[in-house]
Amino acid sequence: MSNPIIESGNVAAAMAVQLARAEVIAAYPITPQTPVTEKLSELIAAGQMDAEYVAVESEHSAMGVCIGAASAGVRAFTATSSNGLLYMSEQLHWAAGARLPIVMCVVNRAIGAPWSVWNDHQDAISQRDTGWIQIFAKDHQEIIDMTLMAFRLAELVHIPVMVNYDGYYLSHTYMPFEPPDAECVDAFLPAYAYKHALTPERPESLNTVTLPDARLDVDGIKRGGYMDIRHNLHEEMGKSIEVWEEIDQEFQSLFGRGGHPVIDPYRCEDADVVIVAMGSMANQFRVVVDRLRQDDGLKVGILALQMYRPFPSAIIAEVLQSARHVMVYEKGLSYGNQGALYGDIKSALYPYPARPRLHNFIVGLGGRAIPTESLYQTMKTACEQDLQTPSAQVDAPQWIGLQL
Amino acid sequence: MKTNPRTTVLNLTEEEFVYPGNRACSGCGLSILYRVGVKALGRDCIFVVPPSCLTVMQGLYPIAATQMPVLNGTFASTAAIATGVKAAMRRLGRETQVVAWAGDGGTSDIGIQALSGALERGEDIIYICYDNEAYMNTGVQRSGTTPQGSLTTTTPFSGKSEVGKDLPAIIAAHNPAYLATCSASYPLDFHDKLLKAKQIKGLKYLHVQTPCPPGWGIEEHMTVALGRAAVETGLFDLYEIENGRMQLSGPSQQLLARPALRPVREYLQLQTRFKALGDEQADALQAQVDRRWAGYRDRFK
Repeated sequence: MSNPIIESGNVAAAMAVQLARAEVIAAYPITPQTPVTEKLSELIAAGQMDAEYVAVESEHSAMGVCIGAASAGVRAFTATSSNGLLYMSEQLHWAAGARLPIVMCVVNRAIGAPWSVWNDHQDAISQRDTGWIQIFAKDHQEIIDMTLMAFRLAELVHIPVMVNYDGYYLSHTYMPFEPPDAECVDAFLPAYAYKHALTPERPESLNTVTLPDARLDVDGIKRGGYMDIRHNLHEEMGKSIEVWEEIDQEFQSLFGRGGHPVIDPYRCEDADVVIVAMGSMANQFRVVVDRLRQDDGLKVGILALQMYRPFPSAIIAEVLQSARHVMVYEKGLSYGNQGALYGDIKSALYPYPARPRLHNFIVGLGGRAIPTESLYQTMKTACEQDLQTPSAQVDAPQWIGLQL
Repeated sequence: MKTNPRTTVLNLTEEEFVYPGNRACSGCGLSILYRVGVKALGRDCIFVVPPSCLTVMQGLYPIAATQMPVLNGTFASTAAIATGVKAAMRRLGRETQVVAWAGDGGTSDIGIQALSGALERGEDIIYICYDNEAYMNTGVQRSGTTPQGSLTTTTPFSGKSEVGKDLPAIIAAHNPAYLATCSASYPLDFHDKLLKAKQIKGLKYLHVQTPCPPGWGIEEHMTVALGRAAVETGLFDLYEIENGRMQLSGPSQQLLARPALRPVREYLQLQTRFKALGDEQADALQAQVDRRWAGYRDRFK
């Protein structure tokens, strides 16, 4: 690192937004997101950032302001957590359907009831089908880098991007990271220009009522109905994986960091057992992997998933096919079924002939501590008993760290 | 502030901003308002519209009846979206007016929180609520502003038992830069007030009573007569609030000179929505109007 600073994850996010020259910031306070918006309002008040700060009365309105600003061709940002994200859920679908390149940081926190201000991933997981691109950062450097890259991605594919990072574990801890150079950022992220921006010079009616069938416009050109428009979103979301990789390459050439924008595998090449996780827990697992390899002679690796939506099925399957076992650890689930990520991994592997056996672990809900020692022990036990266990039993999620 | 000459049919701009053949019902009060309102606003405007009859009237993709730029948004966030558009205009250095145009449900019920926030922040936008006194776009369900005794599909048989919200009073409590009540039956008064609103910084709120033939149970040719009856019976008063000072305006102000108003029954009896309203309720309504107007006569004589 040439010019590292030591700051919190929330400040790293705010610095990225400042560097990105976002022009409209709308936010409503919610723990543990609040310091992001405090920092942004401070930067604006101090004249260190030239932007409009709109102190809205709710998260629903925060996204409403972003929708308005982005529709008028101005770069917009907000941040939230937990129930705040859920309160704007309708707006998330709207922003994606309207194809607005809004960037939002989600500081992941458990969903009430009962109330919990601590970390898990249920907020982001519950919004996975909104049509937003979902990125998961696992350290402070990734928060600042990926938030910047998110603006570029959103504006290239015209799909909003949610940058997720763990509440408290990342948001409130202080770690060294290197802020990208402002001049290089300007070269990396050109000003936002939107050809359908609202303007009286070229009036357009945006997000009007559509009909089930495609219809001719006044010039006799056939225009898609709702289904065609939504199909475009799905197709272009799929293509955004490649765009994200290209952006990362460019970022790497300018800033010297990156190289793993979609997945970040660690010691997976020869691994019999691959762990899959998202966010800070994936970094925690590196210690576990090293110990299992060194003390127990187990060939284990950890695959960090950085991009959750669109789901990079083929890229994941390529890494996991050669493993005998895949252990999916996650902080969110589809209640009554299994871990959401687990289900996605399973479906990604289905088309391939060599399917590893899958195991699902639910950990850390509502901030329940995830001691590295317990990750090590559960992994060790799972590896020892794997071959004998009937698959139906393995398929049900195992809850780690229950106290009752 | 520039004082504009009173709008008349002779000085109203001839340019039309809405194409003929839109999807409004025949006799729609909103279509009168929209046609005349846009003439006052002019082309340097961006509209923000939540789900409402206006969404449908402005056209279904890929055909638009309106010639204005429009951002359709979610039901609850009209004032927030307008805030975002206005913030963008400031960033772009443009004077473009941002006009939120919503119905009574979108304003008094689901949209009131976002509007209250925008009022408190003093957003520099024009907010027009066309109040047809029920959820008309979904087929006449009761709203917060539906008057007591009115039949709707969710207050069948005996009508709404509660009194409607006094939405302009709620807005007035936020001290907006400008507040005016208007009627679709007096479109030129609406035009005058919009011309004034355009010159004022801050949040300008226009509340417009808008007769709805299918929702109110009236003949299509009675739209204008109904709105006029509401004003002339003293049931719906036209006024302005500027710098915290309320003043009757236009047609309502002229009523002060008359010895008596038309009885409220003349208004009620024209509509099938009030057919379940009993004599006692009509008398109570008359007494309420009489009290309010006695107050006006004292205050504004």
